Amino acid sequence: MTFQFSIGTWLAPFVDWLNANLHGLFYVIGRVVEAVLGAFQSLLLYPPAIVVILLVTITVALLTGLRVALLAFLCLGFCWLMNLWPQSMQTIALVFTAVVAAVAIAVPLGIMASRRPRLEAALRPILDIMQTVPPWVYLIPAVILFSLGQVPALLATVVYGVPPMLRLTTLAFRQVPKDLLELGQAIGAPPRIILTRIEFPAALPTLVVGLNQCILLSLAMVVLAGLVGAGGLGAEVTRGLTRMEMGLGLRAGLAIVAIALLFDRVSRSALQRPAGGSRI
Amino acid sequence: MTTGSMNAGEILLDCQSAWKIFGTRAPAAMDAVQRRNLGKREVLQEFDCVVGVSDASFQVGRGEIFCIMGLSGSGKSTLIRMLNRLIEPTSGQIKVKGRDIGAMSEPDLRELRAKHMAMVFQSVALLPNRTVLENAAFGLEVRGLPKAERNQTAKAALAKVGLADWMERYPGELSGGMQQRVGLARALTSDPEIILMDEPFSALDPLIRRQLQDEFRQLTKELGKSAIFITHDLDEAIRIGDRIAIMKDGVIIQTGTAEELILNPADDYVAEFVAGISKLHLIKAHSVMIPPAEFQREHPGVGLESLPLTSPDTDIDGLIELMVGHRSAGLAVVEAGQIAGVVTPTSLLLGVKGSQASETGGH
Repeated sequence: MTFQFSIGTWLAPFVDWLNANLHGLFYVIGRVVEAVLGAFQSLLLYPPAIVVILLVTITVALLTGLRVALLAFLCLGFCWLMNLWPQSMQTIALVFTAVVAAVAIAVPLGIMASRRPRLEAALRPILDIMQTVPPWVYLIPAVILFSLGQVPALLATVVYGVPPMLRLTTLAFRQVPKDLLELGQAIGAPPRIILTRIEFPAALPTLVVGLNQCILLSLAMVVLAGLVGAGGLGAEVTRGLTRMEMGLGLRAGLAIVAIALLFDRVSRSALQRPAGGSRI
Repeated sequence: MTTGSMNAGEILLDCQSAWKIFGTRAPAAMDAVQRRNLGKREVLQEFDCVVGVSDASFQVGRGEIFCIMGLSGSGKSTLIRMLNRLIEPTSGQIKVKGRDIGAMSEPDLRELRAKHMAMVFQSVALLPNRTVLENAAFGLEVRGLPKAERNQTAKAALAKVGLADWMERYPGELSGGMQQRVGLARALTSDPEIILMDEPFSALDPLIRRQLQDEFRQLTKELGKSAIFITHDLDEAIRIGDRIAIMKDGVIIQTGTAEELILNPADDYVAEFVAGISKLHLIKAHSVMIPPAEFQREHPGVGLESLPLTSPDTDIDGLIELMVGHRSAGLAVVEAGQIAGVVTPTSLLLGVKGSQASETGGH
């Protein structure tokens, strides 16, 4: 006689129960997410590609500098030339939304964890699980609850993007020099001011690293999400794979690299500029 | 404990029997200390708690510079942090301008720190991504003052510490001494009555340190501020402080002027500390003179009127110069129009050594 323990026997009924009883809730969440994503995608796809490319380039130039702006121009131009413009915009919308959501979840939690060792201890195993369970696995309940499409892809991407951002936020805030915190208190600053004017600037370099991790992992996940019908460049990669079309897969792959570069460099330089750049 | 003479005038800061015990069972340990008079070691053994500061009491008057001197681990940094409640005292009362800061609410405490008590740190603690001017104005920024106003005040403070030409630079571009000047300017910007100095010059090289010590003392006196100055360097304490408290193992062993510490050390520890100090400028005529009668007994032929005159506040350096210049048997110390005593070569030599002139002499 063998003893077997299967998590599935516990989890599957739970997911089924969620699906049966809270279907309405998930339906609403799904629609809201879809609406946000849809609006974002239409915004990117409505004007002609060249207009979007120029607008982005000018914005980046104003925000950071000419070098990064040139890079943004080349990355977006590449996606357009590869004839993958709509797919690229879908992917950008998906990654952008997922990263914003992941940051919105991870940064406050990370700050709290940096102040409460117990919370951090409780979060750690959860983060470990989130990061090590193969992402395919949580696509399954996501698909069960939200059916195929962009919504499960987005949620799975957020789940994947939260852990690095959260860990590095905790680290960043723990690394803020104690004397600066003491200064904040001794000068009579309320906690809110200490957070925004002392801790955030001091934590920023590490936060930027976390953000980049978050972006790159989200991009990787978005590609996988092509499997559940999220569309975008992931779908092109999947199509290339299933049809054994090297050219298509490669084109989509390179476009993903271009988008990764775009996100990474723009976020990095935009965040580091106000911190005084190289003058520190 | 010997308490030195106080400057007459308003008491700005009154620290009464402040204790700090670190550890999870601090309240129980505090209770035991007060009931059973436990020592530091017993507290560690019985409660696993560390006594940081024990029973510290002192007062600081308006315009006074009060130095707390101790080696590392003596509890001086803990003590100074209790004065603005960065560290909560386990027991005791600290009054600033008559108000018990232990009873203050958070907003009141913030206002006290923002307006009445500034602090300067050993590590300077400048914000690296802000210019010198922005750093100096930070305290006012925190209080929500408009930019023009706070910059104007900060510029004035920076000018006082000699950094008028460096306002748009970043802290990383400044030398250590200049950075500490910014720290001082930041403290002055909020125009506090009390400045807490936590070993501000310890990390600087000796020449710059000297210069800053003199400037700090001059500036503080000029502006009429009170300061509590932490240091591990007795020379620094003597150079800067009006009065000095010597701390060891969390206890204030002795409080007094430099002269009082040298002439009447409370114990061997203080005596050992002051042994290496040059007394030339610290000991004054009133401490080394002998009574006129004793002088006349020793020198029957010399009339008191024939002696060169000097004042009770002349230091040993000055006395030696007079004595050598006149080649006389003694110097008459005149106080309020009367000859209060006579400095003889013997009493002067004893003074150089750091002892009182004679049993009957002194003050």
